Amino acid sequence: MQTKSAARNIFFGGTIFFFVVFVGLVAHSYSYIVNTSTQPVTESVARGKLVWEQNACINCHTILGEGAYYAPELGNVWKRYMENNDNDPKAAREAIITWIKSMPTGVEGRRQMPQFNLTDQQLNDLVDFFEWTSKINTQNWPPNIAG
Amino acid sequence: MKYQSQKIAMAYFIVAMALFLVQVLMGVTIGYIYLNPNFLAEIFPFNALRMLHTNSLIVWLLVGFFGATYYIIPEEAEREIESPTIAYIQLAILVLGTAGVVVTYLFDLFHGNWLLGKQGREFIEQPLWVQLGIVVAALMFLYNVTMTVLKGRKTAIANVLLLGLWGIAIFFLFALYNPDNLALDKMFWWWIVHLWVEGVWELVLAAILAFLMLKLTGVDREVVDKWIYGLAALSLFTGILGTGHHYYWIGTPAYWQWIGSIFSTLEVVPFFAMVLFAFTMVWKGQRNHPNKAALLWALGCAVLAFFGAGIWGFLHTLAPVNYYTHGTQVTMSHGHLAFFGAYVCINLAFITYAMPKLLGREPYNQVLNMVSFWVMSGAMAFITFALTFAGAVQVHLQRVRGENFMDVQDELGLFYLLREGAGVVVLIAVILYLYTIFVPREQEVIASQPAE
Repeated sequence: MQTKSAARNIFFGGTIFFFVVFVGLVAHSYSYIVNTSTQPVTESVARGKLVWEQNACINCHTILGEGAYYAPELGNVWKRYMENNDNDPKAAREAIITWIKSMPTGVEGRRQMPQFNLTDQQLNDLVDFFEWTSKINTQNWPPNIAG
Repeated sequence: MKYQSQKIAMAYFIVAMALFLVQVLMGVTIGYIYLNPNFLAEIFPFNALRMLHTNSLIVWLLVGFFGATYYIIPEEAEREIESPTIAYIQLAILVLGTAGVVVTYLFDLFHGNWLLGKQGREFIEQPLWVQLGIVVAALMFLYNVTMTVLKGRKTAIANVLLLGLWGIAIFFLFALYNPDNLALDKMFWWWIVHLWVEGVWELVLAAILAFLMLKLTGVDREVVDKWIYGLAALSLFTGILGTGHHYYWIGTPAYWQWIGSIFSTLEVVPFFAMVLFAFTMVWKGQRNHPNKAALLWALGCAVLAFFGAGIWGFLHTLAPVNYYTHGTQVTMSHGHLAFFGAYVCINLAFITYAMPKLLGREPYNQVLNMVSFWVMSGAMAFITFALTFAGAVQVHLQRVRGENFMDVQDELGLFYLLREGAGVVVLIAVILYLYTIFVPREQEVIASQPAE
């Protein structure tokens, strides 16, 4: 019984130790995210995130590599569209909105994105959210623009 | 079955198995959509069906854990469950919530409603009213089992089991916290997802496995007790800081690459220890328990969890590797074998063990049950291999050569076809398993040799 209570004490003591270290590091990461790695969240970015959530985009797409793996990564979608539109933010924004509005393509054998019937406000908020997300310091992930 | 209230477990197992079937049906469906993308696209889009696939998995595993707990706790505490009524109300809440989730996802009801509409964070998409229902159900459950243990015998198995279940409830509360900052959102989202499956769920797994070993092999409780705190300690010492492997690329500081790499590499250790534990108990045990099928599932659980969670987890956990594999089919391959090996198998092992006891009869349909183990496990391994190769090709084409996502996906069709074929085999094995559990036959298809 000696070994059993020793094992139990090591378990509880160690778990508390590792959890305290974890909480400390997460607290530091919290302030790093807010102050260093992300831009301030504007109202339109927050609304855009809500559009992202309410339409369950994450169950086809990934964002920063997390989500379903059925459709392209969107953490850097803003950068892809900027690159394809000569770094013209207005053109990139229009191109993303046009794409979303023209879904589904209905093309045989192509993966289909539903029509979400978003308002112009929602579409612009969503693009603001993508633009904000693309500026997160992700330690240079993904390795290239393909996402 | 020594205690009347253990019967509660039966109702939980029936609900769990119904959802298990839904989960696998949805898996086969979305696997087919990968091959024929226009299928159902206009009626039930991929994202809705995928939510049902993942959510029904999570819910049935939890309902299975609850059922197993209601079976285990009376025997460990040596008294009846505090309140069977509460247990049944708890199940009714969970069933109502689940039905609400299914209808809400399929028909996208109350779109955008903060209380009734779906939430859009992966795995915690349940509408807020369901999430609050889950919290209420969890509180009722914890009250019920904790009181039973407090008033009864306190064993190491019950302690570790309860700690795991309390952890599940506490970390679920982070589902209610959704910061506007996506990076913060992700950091705390992992407090649910990672600290569940690579933390407190492992405690539940270790406790259920220990209970099964105690009953099936007949080793002394003292031997099991020595192991169980060790298994629990290894799980949490590695798993808590192992969360770092999700903090590489989401806006968190670079030091997580070191912490995550080191500790998540060590996460292999508790799974290997569970293999050692299970096989040592069988080796040491004197008892020749008649339920061979339950023992097969239990040993299979330890081995497949080691490969799925341990080896396949390590495969892509080091930061320099994960830089290329993060968010590809490699992640998918690991997810499938890890959930199957660790949490599906332990539930199926426990149900295989408990159902004959709940029905008050000798173990039945064991041969067919063991066939379902081998077919299901073989097919799940096949899915894992197919997705691993798909992931390797995807990493090369997309992450190394920078080719466009959809162009790369078109190159992976063969792997998705192989995956779907194996998925259909999994479905057949699941149906066979359900048959062996719920349709007791008088005779085995192959008679066993009587002992001489």
